[in-house]
Amino acid sequence: MIRVTLILTLALLAVLSLFVGVADLSPSALFYDRAALDLLWTSRGPRTVAVIITGGTLAVSGTIMQMIVRNRFVEPMTAGTGQGAALGILLVTVFMPSMPILMKMGIASAVALATSVIFLVIVNRLPPTQPMLVSLVGMIYGGILGACVLFFAYQADLLQYIDIWMNGEFSGVLQGRYELLWIAAAVGILSYLAADQFAIVGMGRTVSTNLGLNYTQVVIIGLLSIAIVTALTVVTVGMIPFVGLVVPNIVSRLSGDNLRATLPLTAVSGAALVLASDILGRVLRYPYEIPVGSVFGVLGAVVFLWLLYAPRRHV
Amino acid sequence: MIVISDVDYFIGPVKILDGVNLELPKGGISALIGPNGAGKSTLLSLIARLMPLQAGTITVDDLTVGACPNNTLARRLAILPQASDAAPLLTVRELVGFGRYPYHKGRPTPDDHAKVEDALEAFGLVPFADRRLDTLSGGQRQRAQVAMTYAQDTGYILLDEPLNNLDIAASRSLMRVLRELAAAHDRTIVIVLHDINYAAAYADLIVAMKGGKIVAKGTPDEIVTEDILKEVFDTDPKVHRIDGKVMIEV
Ligand SMILES: Nc1ncnc2c1ncn2[C@@H]1O[C@H](COP(=O)(O)OP(=O)(O)O)[C@@H](O)[C@H]1O
Ligand SMILES: [Mg+2]
Repeated sequence: MIRVTLILTLALLAVLSLFVGVADLSPSALFYDRAALDLLWTSRGPRTVAVIITGGTLAVSGTIMQMIVRNRFVEPMTAGTGQGAALGILLVTVFMPSMPILMKMGIASAVALATSVIFLVIVNRLPPTQPMLVSLVGMIYGGILGACVLFFAYQADLLQYIDIWMNGEFSGVLQGRYELLWIAAAVGILSYLAADQFAIVGMGRTVSTNLGLNYTQVVIIGLLSIAIVTALTVVTVGMIPFVGLVVPNIVSRLSGDNLRATLPLTAVSGAALVLASDILGRVLRYPYEIPVGSVFGVLGAVVFLWLLYAPRRHV
Repeated sequence: MIVISDVDYFIGPVKILDGVNLELPKGGISALIGPNGAGKSTLLSLIARLMPLQAGTITVDDLTVGACPNNTLARRLAILPQASDAAPLLTVRELVGFGRYPYHKGRPTPDDHAKVEDALEAFGLVPFADRRLDTLSGGQRQRAQVAMTYAQDTGYILLDEPLNNLDIAASRSLMRVLRELAAAHDRTIVIVLHDINYAAAYADLIVAMKGGKIVAKGTPDEIVTEDILKEVFDTDPKVHRIDGKVMIEV
């Protein structure tokens, strides 16, 4: 039931997204106007696809990170993974600018992985009884890394890039400039194959060992998936905070943590919420755009608060 | 048979287990008793490779703990650790379903589903099967955890204080299920119990620990005596024998 509604909502939003924007585009125009078809093909279509992939994969990454850290209040974009990706791409831009884009992505992902591993090491030393401390430490850690990125960028005179990486928005997405995101989509789908493993890791090391799971291996696979998705997102559309925090919390509150059943819900909800935010961002101050992150921050918070205060169903 | 040879365990400079040598026979219920801090949970965790061994060896039949593949042991031996408060956001059926993971690795078969239903049935969880764990009482949750361990369908089952949180009806029914498992299905149960009366009534073998050492091992008749209880627990309850059963006064 909930699934069907969600998928229909996403489909509706996707259609809406194709026809909302500064340049006029009506469905009927597609049949006789070559320029309209072009606009759809080179701009609106890619933008819609990019939003859907980004929303879905960031939400899934958030869930995986929360399982690994065993804390509901962390997400890759604020806890160092996003900043690590930005740092990595900055380093290659400065030192190896002629490197092929895929290698650049590889290095950005590797740095993102390294900063995530460091975060995990720090978290493992914190007392488990204080969940908010973990999230606080994550934000401080992400903040420090972000400051490093800013400092290097300033030194290297690359501040204009930083703006693109640090503040996510989709208005720059065009055909030929977003296709890397398909890799993120593939990684997201592949990580679904390990849904049970992530769910068990979320129950802790003891349960994992008892069930014969190689705990460390699953943690590394999870972090790798998070790092790749985050790096691809940061480089292609920029950082979009809160998606990985809000969406997994909404879904687990409503449907629990059996990831084999819930990860698809998480992906579709993430895509739908980010797409709704992007569309709103396009129309609210028409013809100007509000960055998707700002709109999502408000929209996500409203949905989340409504959930918190809505009467609890006993499922 | 579980064979524990010369096992020491340190946490920092403190010796938690001190030269433990113990054989637990295949089949039947072995109860581990002893005061708080005796090292019972530590010993159980070492058998179940939840912590790495520091000195000595442990074997479960032909498998050497620590050397054999993790997943092989997971189909031979299951452990229910001492209860923790954190309940995962799962329904009872989902939780019990994870007990089948060592077999299906994420792709459950009809056989796995059948085993889950079986476990729900055996522990009287059918009425709660689709309730989330965080909406259950501590005792019901504990029963769900035991059912998950049961669904793992292993020859050896280690349970660390499973009667905590259980009322008398649930405690007796759990002990009966365990006895049935041991008797009719040839399972080996190793269980940490605090209530000596339960150990006396249900166990085939009682092992008493104190200060990281095994201090006594034998049948309930041999172990539940005023002398041994005094030595192990530093307290002197009266022991009665009624109709051939031992019982202690509390
Ligand atoms: N993480 C730890 N750090 C320090 N001491 C510990 C730790 N865990 C257990 N201990 C000590 O190890 C001893 C044995 O603990 P445990 O095996 O849990 O005992 P039991 O289960 O018999 O009550 C206790 O004295 C306890 O204080
Ligand atoms: Mg204990």
